[in-house]
Amino acid sequence: MTFITELKEQIKTALPDLDMVIGWERGFDPLHATPLFMRKAQDVERLEVGPLAVHNTATYLTGFKGKKVGVVVKGCDSRAVIQLLQEGLIDRENVVIFGFPCQGVVDMVKVQKYLGNTGLVREAQIQDSSLKVKVNGEERDLALKDVLADKCARCRYPNAMLHDHFAGQPIEPHAPEDKYQDVEELESLSLEERFKHWEREMHRCIRCYACRNACPMCVCRDHCVAQSRQPQWLTQDDSVREKWMFQVIHAMHLAGRCVECGECQRACPMDIPILALKRKLNREARDLFNYEAGVDPNETAPLLSFKVEEENINERGW
Amino acid sequence: MAEAKYISRAKLGKWLDELSQQMLVLAPVQEGEAVVFRPYQTGTEIRLDGQPTLPPKEAVFPASEELFAYTYRKNPEDPAQTDVEIGPRAQPQKTLVFGARPCGSRGFVIFDPVYTQGYYLDPYYRARREATIFASVACITPENACFCHSVGSGPGDTAGSDILLTPVDQGYVVEAVTDKGGEMLGSSLLEAAGDKAGKARELRDKVLKDMGEPRDFTSAREKLLAIFDDLDFWEDVSAKCISCGACTYLCPTCYCFNITDESAGMQGSRIRSWDNCMSFQFTLEASGHNPRPTKAHRLRNRVGHKFSYYPELHQGKIACCGCGRCIKHCPMSVDIREIVIRAMEHQTESGEEAGA
Repeated sequence: MTFITELKEQIKTALPDLDMVIGWERGFDPLHATPLFMRKAQDVERLEVGPLAVHNTATYLTGFKGKKVGVVVKGCDSRAVIQLLQEGLIDRENVVIFGFPCQGVVDMVKVQKYLGNTGLVREAQIQDSSLKVKVNGEERDLALKDVLADKCARCRYPNAMLHDHFAGQPIEPHAPEDKYQDVEELESLSLEERFKHWEREMHRCIRCYACRNACPMCVCRDHCVAQSRQPQWLTQDDSVREKWMFQVIHAMHLAGRCVECGECQRACPMDIPILALKRKLNREARDLFNYEAGVDPNETAPLLSFKVEEENINERGW
Repeated sequence: MAEAKYISRAKLGKWLDELSQQMLVLAPVQEGEAVVFRPYQTGTEIRLDGQPTLPPKEAVFPASEELFAYTYRKNPEDPAQTDVEIGPRAQPQKTLVFGARPCGSRGFVIFDPVYTQGYYLDPYYRARREATIFASVACITPENACFCHSVGSGPGDTAGSDILLTPVDQGYVVEAVTDKGGEMLGSSLLEAAGDKAGKARELRDKVLKDMGEPRDFTSAREKLLAIFDDLDFWEDVSAKCISCGACTYLCPTCYCFNITDESAGMQGSRIRSWDNCMSFQFTLEASGHNPRPTKAHRLRNRVGHKFSYYPELHQGKIACCGCGRCIKHCPMSVDIREIVIRAMEHQTESGEEAGA
């Protein structure tokens, strides 16, 4: 039995006691999956799991308060569930977690880079270690490792970390540790160069807030300070200053909470590399508080707790 | 169309150099993996080979536009009295949008009746619209999300364009669509197209044919009204929507805006900026009541407006260019075609077809 058959069986068995189970199905073309909300047994047949199932299903959980919801999760999605549980934003008894071993997800921006214009995609298949695409009548064979998201190459948690059901056999981490190489590279730039980098990148931001709404930890949603007029933190002027200010707010609110699922960056229609901001703060949280978000549901995020004396902050030394 | 011209790819840059001496030229430029319209300068590398990420909407309808600046002044004789001084209105400069796809340029055909006809005229929009010329490139690379031919357009559509370029051989056949466009084709860099004009026409026809049978969305106008109150339907089709504004901000036809005063001390600007109906604040009333409290209500509005309410007011014209940006750039791959089709095929609980 393949893990997907096993997973479907597990979902079908649990479904009668649940309002729905969130997973993925084929989207508008063979290259795109789309979230699937399974309410009836026949919906489960449409479930598709694999490298095209890019979306973080946990993003929807806070929108279903009071409902009993099942959620199919990759490793990174499960970290979002854990963090939401940890912060009391969802109830453990109302969520049923279906885990599976994730071999990594495809970064559509990379696929586009390799294919040039995507054109008419007729077929897309994952076979062993390659993504085979039939585009504009031509067969293209992309090595999976070339088109996987950067987050997958450094992933230490490919298996759902918290689950009620697990389909398949857990796999080894894709990387032994996260060296925060992307953050280091940015930090090696001078202040001026870094400023220019963000000015250049943020210039094309259209302020659609896809980054915010795709984020499983951004739970303020309709009441975000970005759009509030009372108090007013941002103006409607579309200068880099305003756009940047929001990114800073987003990153600060996620400090030590971000599970690095990368949904903010994936959701961005303008291909702005904003995950690095959150990773920078996460690395600080790790170095200062020895803490990693979304790993242990019984922990408390460092910025949601208080210690009289922090171990790694020399508060009286200056 | 007037006599067709031809320009080789090698000379295209020179032509744009010439044009950019006479006016502001906006052309598609790659930033990251996104393609956006930016002012052209000699040497700017432009991308004409695919659909730009953003349509050329900002050329006429900026994401954020200062309508005017204002300054409050207290009367020193009578400090209780404050005067406000309003700054001059900026006049738009003559602009050429070069290299949009027909589905991008067509967007303003949807804007026009709303902002330039009827009782309410929008002077800001009209001034920019009149100052802007569109030279579009016919599409030869439709994608999976494309459905221009199902909404009354097509890969070689000229609606909204003043000039149409069609890629042929090692260059482009250049045809004037309007008089305004015709005036732009005087450059000695352009030669007579000869038999290339026929090739261009054949190519456009072939691309349209390759897109397959169009979908007929006409019946959506009534069906969408008939299921307006069926919130179960709307909750179902909007389940995966995350209420961001990517679809509306990337849409060539979404024309809604907000007006805010952005003040600092005694000075400020009145700004008109893009708004989007996916946002909670879009219909939030001063009392705190929101007639569209959930994403189901909001997505219903977006689909209904394009395929029902707008056509109702504007001779059946669908307020969608079929460019597919809202589908291919949606973080969750929400497919507006699927929603409209499901609405058209939706059966009411009594088993009757909605709207029948």
